[in-house]
Amino acid sequence: MATAPKPQTDSKATTKEVLLRVEGVTKIYDGTVKAVDDVSLTVNKGEIFGLLGGSGCGKSTLLRMMAGFEKPTKGKIFLDNQDITDLPSYQRPINMMFQSYALFPHLSVWENVAFGLKRDNMPKDEIAKRVEAMLTLAQLNKYAQRKPHQLSGGQQQRVALARSLAKRPKLLLLDEPLGALDKKLRETTQLELVNIIEEVGVTCVLVTHDQEEAMTMASRIAVMSEGYFLQVGEPDVIYETPNSRQVADFIGNVNMFEGEVVVDEPDHIIVKCDECTHYVGHGFTGNKGMAVGVALRPEKIMLSKERPTGEYNWAEGVVTEIVYFGDHTTYHLKTTNGHVIKAQEINNTRDLSCGLTWGDHAYMHWNDLAMIVLTH
Amino acid sequence: MSQASNKVFANGWMAAVYLFLYLPIITLVVFSFNDSKLVTVWSHASTRWYSALMQDSDLLSAVFLSLKIAFLSALMSVFFGTFTAFALNRYTRFRGRTLLSSMSTTPLVMPDVIVGLSLLLMLVSLQHWLGYPQRGLFTILLGHALLGTAYAAVVVTSRLKEMDGKLDEAAMDLGAKPLQVFTLVTFPLLIPALVSAFLLTFTLSFDDVVLSSFLSGPGYNTMPMVIFSRARLGLNPTINAVATVTITVVTIAVIASSFYTSHIERKRKREMAFAYSDANN
Repeated sequence: MATAPKPQTDSKATTKEVLLRVEGVTKIYDGTVKAVDDVSLTVNKGEIFGLLGGSGCGKSTLLRMMAGFEKPTKGKIFLDNQDITDLPSYQRPINMMFQSYALFPHLSVWENVAFGLKRDNMPKDEIAKRVEAMLTLAQLNKYAQRKPHQLSGGQQQRVALARSLAKRPKLLLLDEPLGALDKKLRETTQLELVNIIEEVGVTCVLVTHDQEEAMTMASRIAVMSEGYFLQVGEPDVIYETPNSRQVADFIGNVNMFEGEVVVDEPDHIIVKCDECTHYVGHGFTGNKGMAVGVALRPEKIMLSKERPTGEYNWAEGVVTEIVYFGDHTTYHLKTTNGHVIKAQEINNTRDLSCGLTWGDHAYMHWNDLAMIVLTH
Repeated sequence: MSQASNKVFANGWMAAVYLFLYLPIITLVVFSFNDSKLVTVWSHASTRWYSALMQDSDLLSAVFLSLKIAFLSALMSVFFGTFTAFALNRYTRFRGRTLLSSMSTTPLVMPDVIVGLSLLLMLVSLQHWLGYPQRGLFTILLGHALLGTAYAAVVVTSRLKEMDGKLDEAAMDLGAKPLQVFTLVTFPLLIPALVSAFLLTFTLSFDDVVLSSFLSGPGYNTMPMVIFSRARLGLNPTINAVATVTITVVTIAVIASSFYTSHIERKRKREMAFAYSDANN
């Protein structure tokens, strides 16, 4: 019996120093609603850990428990091996950058950044020095005396970051850090944000519903749904080796084929589906006759007008939809039994490369290692 | 054609509404400068009734009593109203909160006569058992503060609801203890609401006649009470004079405050526009 390539989850993590440890945390609202269901995780020093999930999946509740705004119904939270479960938020060496920034509207940029330092009764000249350093880091020196409403969205975001970093927290929590910015500004801000975080070397937990944001910023991602983790791993592991249909479906686009294993060999398996027969170039943990799902990302499918020569890994269909994105085009092809398969082609020349149009008959093919076999 | 007639109708309608609102006030102001003793007959202009007002110690002391009560009861209303609003909005949910929150606003819908009567009954029996309080300034103050608290609670509640609860959390996250959160963040942001609650409850108390009549004792007559009792004996133009003074003061205050707020708003808009054009460079 062959085994599927295992995603390497915590093998690297154990060699590093653990900063945050969440142990079996559960949060129940109003006695019945389980927002977070027995979640455990560790975050290493210097890591950016992403919590990814749709709205209501419990990611924000989990973050709020780390910040101290909510108390877990069950379970413990440790920071640097110290139990902080019952510590109020104002005593935790953890700071948060809020989704809508939550800048104090009656205070200037300078005073916003200094707010946390003043609460620690830091000497005045030291506060001034620290605030200046933070403003320089966030490129805000020019705006020190402005009020938040006098700043653009990107500037407000940088003030929020400077304010949350000013106290040099052990852990920085980011709640949808780019949610309030428009798409163009997002890309540049994202890189700025990561650069600043890396410069300071602070450990982060990032909450987002935007998979792109999670992929580009986080070093590890936990995919959450209905209060628990579906999968934890590096972004590429989550994308290329999802452990369930749910994760495959949530991250990126995917074509799902349902079928049955007809050949199970150590180095390959063959899965018979309605539309086509898959030859998968690696073994899997299961047995012959098992019903499995085969996930195939649209960008791994190639299109052609000629019928492929091989026996496996191709399907045919009629083009029903062409969605042009500029850099790539997604074709929707309907197979004879009515399934729609999406194939994504990169527009690497200026004329549409494969010359397909609506109603054309076309063939899709892919290689042995392009798909993921999912058993649940 | 029909558009033009629509316009005529709309303009006429508006004129009628404003006439209805302001004609009585204008008449009152004009007749305060009337020399005649008869309120409805114009003889010639004079400031006779203003001089008479200066001599009228009953009316003047009533005005000062009213101002004093309005000021103190507005302070009390804002103080207690703010606490009520906080208890009902910022505490974690507790059993019966919805009931309590709707009960806090009953004085708004309860007829003043009933509030006054029930307060009077309570105070009379209290006085019977404890010998305290004597009806007078304190009891009027109590009644006005009771009514004002409900109004102030509504004003502060609406501000608290629109205020970003995240700000409190942000302050706490940055190390502010609960009391510091209030003094450094919540309170400064509440000031505009507190000012408008103060002005509202001040006017409420200043023109109240029903509660005051129930709750006052000998020698404590507020301005509305004096005007009301004199009006029953036949109108005296001195009343017009005191009303005109009141209207002038109120008008100046209203105009000044609306100028101030529109100035702030324009300044803010200018600064925001500046910030955005600056960000694009």
